[in-house]
Amino acid sequence: MGALRNLDVTQQVALLFVVLFGLLTLVTAVWLARTLRETDDAERERQERFRRDLRAVWVGALLFWVAWVSGAIGATLLFAVLSFVALREFITLTHTRRADHRSLLLAFFGILPLQFVLAGAQSLNLFMVFIPVYTFLAIPVVSAFGDDPQRFLERTAKIQWGIMVCIYGMSHAPALLLLELPQYNERGAFLVLYLVAVVTAAYIGQESAARRLRSLPVARHISRSFSWRAWSIGAVAAGLVGGLLYWATPFKPWQAVGMGGIAGACGMLGDFVMQALKRDAGVRHWGGKVSVTGAVGLLDRVAPLCFAAPVFFHSVRWLYGA
Amino acid sequence: MNLAAAAGLFLAGLTRLITGAQGHWYGCPPKAEQRVYFANHQSHFDWVLIWAALPSDLRARTRPIAARDYWTASAFKQWLTTEVFNAVYVSRVRSADEDPLEPLAEALENGDSLVIFPEGTRSNKGEPQAFKSGLYHLAQRFPEVQLIPAWIDNVQRVMPKGEVVPVPILCSVTFGAPLQLESGEDKDAFLVRAREAVIALRQVAD
Repeated sequence: MGALRNLDVTQQVALLFVVLFGLLTLVTAVWLARTLRETDDAERERQERFRRDLRAVWVGALLFWVAWVSGAIGATLLFAVLSFVALREFITLTHTRRADHRSLLLAFFGILPLQFVLAGAQSLNLFMVFIPVYTFLAIPVVSAFGDDPQRFLERTAKIQWGIMVCIYGMSHAPALLLLELPQYNERGAFLVLYLVAVVTAAYIGQESAARRLRSLPVARHISRSFSWRAWSIGAVAAGLVGGLLYWATPFKPWQAVGMGGIAGACGMLGDFVMQALKRDAGVRHWGGKVSVTGAVGLLDRVAPLCFAAPVFFHSVRWLYGA
Repeated sequence: MNLAAAAGLFLAGLTRLITGAQGHWYGCPPKAEQRVYFANHQSHFDWVLIWAALPSDLRARTRPIAARDYWTASAFKQWLTTEVFNAVYVSRVRSADEDPLEPLAEALENGDSLVIFPEGTRSNKGEPQAFKSGLYHLAQRFPEVQLIPAWIDNVQRVMPKGEVVPVPILCSVTFGAPLQLESGEDKDAFLVRAREAVIALRQVAD
């Protein structure tokens, strides 16, 4: 892999995208071949689910490519839009009242753009405290002006939580992109790709392990598939993928494995928390509730990233003292 | 493309960004037939939402109803309702010798589709109020036009009364099966049935 490490940035990126799109094309071709066979209903349903997932991955990969081509501004914008759509979905499924209108406006049209501008402008100090400190204080004040004491704490807490996950968590992805590490200039996009790759690997690893292992769920009321064993397997899968990608990162090989494992493990915990939230809101899939959320179901897919990004971001900074 | 068409596309895009504007066609397909859509009314946003949920080829021939005194009061309002939405104007003050439904009948005779809110006014109590009789008279005069019930979900959260800026929250419009006026069915029975057809779609939406 030393040869790979010596390539310049553009070559490495080109290689990554060729590998990514090549893999996707291969998977799609195999899937197409399999759909041509005669099958029963259960198999067809599984294929249909796979088709949806595959399409989501394609869309994700293309978006990444567009973001890379359009540079830092494009990438920041892309994650801002993702964050907007995720927050929209979260708020739809949360109980808010009329008096929250102004706080919600503030969240969507004030805090969200500002947080991403801070990420894009690399004002890291303000970026890190803006939501946990200032927004935390501002939202309840604006809500209180709404003059409605009913379930006040609950409503405010929910809005704050949504902002934390959908905006704060997500904004760490573009921040990662722009993070300046010693001898790793202008390669932040790799870190984002690396993060997405390991989180996806963890997710796939955990899901397939859970389907085969049938081990005891940790919290059966929240998720029947989440078990410590499946979780560890997911983390190991993330570590392996992280290790394979080490040539594109600033890490040493063992660091790449460790970082991948940490990010993957956090992502899976994020997914687990989202499942608890879904159960609370009474939906099985965010996107499955066609009536309100439509076919998007984006929150489901980005939640692991929202949880993994801040942890990964701080791990990288801590490792490099950046 | 002229300015009005561009403004229409922009508005539809904006509505989709803010509300998702999901159209769910349960009882009928989105076809270019002549139709009267009737829906529950909770917000000023209702019309734009239905309009954005329609496929673009249906939008051009589907018209809202606008109160003449309010929507022609300024040049911008007039431009918006005439050029962008192609609204049918009705007057709210009823003069003795004028049938208030006449402009609607004229539009239907021209082959256009309409969107009406038979409650007459916005309600925010959840249950729609009793329907006004206009729907019945239209059904009587135009038996060949399909009457499509529609349920608009969640929109009151987007823009509550008194607010001007909409909050991004996902909404949906559920379109039901066409309704017909039975032979010999009297006005009240039909209006109750029409209202129930709209409410029944809420269960489908949930």
